[in-house]
Amino acid sequence: MAQKLYITTSPHIHCGDTIERNMRTVIWALAPAFIASVIYFGLGAVIVTATSVASCLFFEWFITRVFLKRPSTLADGSAVITGILLAFNLPSNIPLYMIVMGALVAIGIGKMVFGGLGNNPFNPALVGRVFLLISFPAKMTSWPVPHQMVAYTDAVTGATPLNLIGQIAGGNSAAMDQLPSLKDLFLGNIGGCIGEVSALALLIGLLILLWRKVITWHIPVTILATVAVLTGIMWMINPVLYVNPLYHLCAGGLMLGAIFMATDYVTSPMTATGMVWYGIGIGFLTVVIRYFGSYPEGMSFAILIMNAVTPLINNWCKPKRFGEAVK
Amino acid sequence: MSFILTAILVLGLTGLVLGLVLYVVSRKFKVEVDPRVGQIAELLPGANCGGCGFPGCAAFAEACVKSESMDGLKCSACKSEVMQQIAAITGHAVEVGVEKVAVVRCAGSCANRPSLRVYDGAPSCAAAALMNGGATGCFFGCLGCGDCVKACKFEAIKMDPETGLPVVDQDKCTACGACVKACPRMIIELRNKNKLDRRVYVSCVNKDKGPVAKKACEVGCIGCGKCVKACPFEAITLENNLAYIDFEKCRLCRKCVDECPQHTILAVNFPPKKEAAPAEPEVQEPQVEAPVQAPETSVEQKTAE
Amino acid sequence: MNTFKIGGVHPEPNKLTADRKIETLALPTQAVFPLSQHIGAPAVPCVQKGDTVRVGTRIAEPGGFMSASIHSSVSGQVAKIDSVIDASGLRKPAIFIDVEGDEWEPSIDRSDKLVLQCNRSRDEIIECIKNAGIVGMGGACFPTHVKLCPPKECTIDTLIINAVECEPYLTADHRLMLEHPDEIIIGIKIILKVLGIDRAVIGVESNKPDAISLLQSKTSMVSGIEVMPLKMKYPQGGEKQLIEAVTGRQVPPPPALPANVGCVVQNVGTVFAIYEAVMKNKPLFERIVTVTGKGLKNPCNLKVRMGTPVSQLIEYAGGMPEGTGKLISGGPMMGRPLLDETAPVVKGTSGVLMIPEADAIRREERNCIRCAKCVQACPMGLEPYLLATASERSDWECAEENWIMSCIECGCCQSTCPSRRPLLDWVRLAKNRVGGIIRARNAKK
Repeated sequence: MAQKLYITTSPHIHCGDTIERNMRTVIWALAPAFIASVIYFGLGAVIVTATSVASCLFFEWFITRVFLKRPSTLADGSAVITGILLAFNLPSNIPLYMIVMGALVAIGIGKMVFGGLGNNPFNPALVGRVFLLISFPAKMTSWPVPHQMVAYTDAVTGATPLNLIGQIAGGNSAAMDQLPSLKDLFLGNIGGCIGEVSALALLIGLLILLWRKVITWHIPVTILATVAVLTGIMWMINPVLYVNPLYHLCAGGLMLGAIFMATDYVTSPMTATGMVWYGIGIGFLTVVIRYFGSYPEGMSFAILIMNAVTPLINNWCKPKRFGEAVK
Repeated sequence: MSFILTAILVLGLTGLVLGLVLYVVSRKFKVEVDPRVGQIAELLPGANCGGCGFPGCAAFAEACVKSESMDGLKCSACKSEVMQQIAAITGHAVEVGVEKVAVVRCAGSCANRPSLRVYDGAPSCAAAALMNGGATGCFFGCLGCGDCVKACKFEAIKMDPETGLPVVDQDKCTACGACVKACPRMIIELRNKNKLDRRVYVSCVNKDKGPVAKKACEVGCIGCGKCVKACPFEAITLENNLAYIDFEKCRLCRKCVDECPQHTILAVNFPPKKEAAPAEPEVQEPQVEAPVQAPETSVEQKTAE
Repeated sequence: MNTFKIGGVHPEPNKLTADRKIETLALPTQAVFPLSQHIGAPAVPCVQKGDTVRVGTRIAEPGGFMSASIHSSVSGQVAKIDSVIDASGLRKPAIFIDVEGDEWEPSIDRSDKLVLQCNRSRDEIIECIKNAGIVGMGGACFPTHVKLCPPKECTIDTLIINAVECEPYLTADHRLMLEHPDEIIIGIKIILKVLGIDRAVIGVESNKPDAISLLQSKTSMVSGIEVMPLKMKYPQGGEKQLIEAVTGRQVPPPPALPANVGCVVQNVGTVFAIYEAVMKNKPLFERIVTVTGKGLKNPCNLKVRMGTPVSQLIEYAGGMPEGTGKLISGGPMMGRPLLDETAPVVKGTSGVLMIPEADAIRREERNCIRCAKCVQACPMGLEPYLLATASERSDWECAEENWIMSCIECGCCQSTCPSRRPLLDWVRLAKNRVGGIIRARNAKK
């Protein structure tokens, strides 16, 4: 026999899925949001995203080759996604050195110290983002207003819808008039982080992810539903202080977080029931932080807190076993 | 100035009060531990290999102190001097056991045992053994996935990348037996260490009939029985087409080594024979004449060498 | 359309031989009969070297209640009783028979005439099935007479005929239904008589519309037999999944049996064998084997005498294609790898599949990225990623707590894993070990 036969137990075929394929799909699903960000923030968005992706790739390569002495894992695409997501969570006028620092923390502390992709307990991009948010609160919470196509660090900043919502809840009813229209909010014609402004583009991304079966509906839908229900209840109690839940759904990082950050494979629960509880937890924490915390946006912290709870959720929420009910 | 004093006072007082509390608590709730347990634990290797049958070194140390005698208590990873030290602490006598070492009884290297197929499954001998590995024609020999290497807590077994077989580092091996349990094919055996680490053993566990075994591996035991006849001490038995040397009876005369047509029987750590050609007939002759005297002469010969 | 609820995957069907008529393969020059072709105790040879046997002569008797006899598929002389490497990869004792001519036992009815009337009693039928050495033909090879005698405390109300054939590539059952529908229906009636019930459901996946319509037209006049088209999903042919798809009942975890929920499942190939045994006095020594694979010149469905070496089947199908990386007995999801082509066809050989090297090699294993695709795919509601990790760490307790013994080894998890972890290899290892632990525990009690 010329050819040596391979010996393995069944199954002998594979559906062809790979880590790379999943990661590529996520990158495609992020494309609409990137296009939207370029339309609204122009040059700044391009510079920040490119720097973030490049530095994430560099640090991943550097750490795997120099410290871990392993073959490089750049090809799996996870560093690219971390880079894009980190950039999408930054304002478009943030200085370059901050981006590089954020990328180092995201890849180094967020991922590689735990052993690389698959072992990190927290979403790496969010670790980088929160590090920057705590280290440079002023820079991280002043967002440029849209349509400054060639501006970068010199862009004019202004209040975001979430700032206004916070002010309204604080009793400043005058801020109500400054709120952008729901249409602008949905399309993304507002101030904010690069990737989070256009709810429309993010929803297109969600459809791509669901269509390619990269994620299931459980996490994004439960997060959005929980936020809608909680803010809806508050709105019904007092519409003067609390705004319409649609504003909450479209404003800030909720969509980006619910669709792309909370659904990160590594840090989200494994079972459907677990995912539902995880989603409810994130939604609840987000609303609590938005209304009662000192930060206007609570999505990042909510996801990180629930990331920490994920192992417990995995322990508690077991899938429904076949034949269990009959027992 | 005064606030510095206040700070020092407050912190100092707090420290004092807490220290007192700790002292009282530690006195009140003190657990009496036999100091000998700690002494013994210090002597033990601390690898928690479980070779003694207790869940870890601390448990073994406790058992040593509690037990009436040292019967059945043996840290398989300790040298006999250490066991004697432990016995001195507990005040019991300890039998000096024979030191052992793990021996890999398979010589089916890539060259000797050609691979006919490629095993592509989970990298575990245990998993491969379930479906018979199947990479070679031998269904008994080493699978080469390194379960023994993973099992060894003392880094005493390594895979030789050239032969694809595990190699035991005799100095590091403590004969704890973890690899023996880990090997799904039961290739590894604990054998007496003997003087100068010299050993004679059948390096094969293939129970197939002669022709099948021979086809599968160039150095596989074919069960011809020549070694059984050659052995002056009745140390070799043949069962299921496989020869086995009882290490309690073997006197390391190496007659079987010369007899074995497959070169399956290995003699390790012996100095190289000076006169390769003439030595063989000389060794064989006394065996035929007087098998009872053979041990002395052969042992003398070795020491002389 | 019905299907089972939890998990499942959709592998490419690749039914290359769906429209190939069943052809009869020539006799081999030497036939080899391994003594353990079934679950349970190996059979005990009842012939000796030099004995002359005919087609249908019993050559080995059951080695216990849970065992099956073996019959010669050829006439000739017993050459030796030696060992052979079968599909399990193990060297097992086997009877070798040198073929001379083709002389059948006179008691076998060799005509094509359909026998409609069965005058035997229930016990006679079971005895007949037992004597014919019939085992489950789907691949598990569970002795059929054992399955037809469910525990007394269970009341059976439904007979389910497994004609799903959810394994990709295989078409043996499909062709059998198309070419022998009447025999199958009579076989079903025989089983109904044995079980003393009057309801049978034939479960067929919707990718076999010709078989569904043919059987529906044949059963329209027969009361009690229903053909149920099922939505395509692997592993619908798993006993538990099929019961759920057809009746909506879930079989409790082991040691419970399908009989506990009132069902008996028989493969359609087994039904045909029962017909032949009861009506034609023909023991089980022939079966239909799909010989298939991408790149194979002439993929086909063959009627093969047991004991024929697989190499002869491959030769008939045009020879092993260049660059074949794997030779499999059975389907690609649950089949067993063959060490070489000399292995004989046995009762459980539903197919011979050749996979090109590029598809045969597993890709490099990566870290689990916790994508949960294995959890979604598992038809038993298990967490394969967790079980495999527990197995890697030899944490048998964790594996047992997480229901490892429920695993049906369908391979859905591993075939979907994007990190290409050998999940099922590990799970199988843990199942083996936990099974041993449980048996030891029960023995102590």
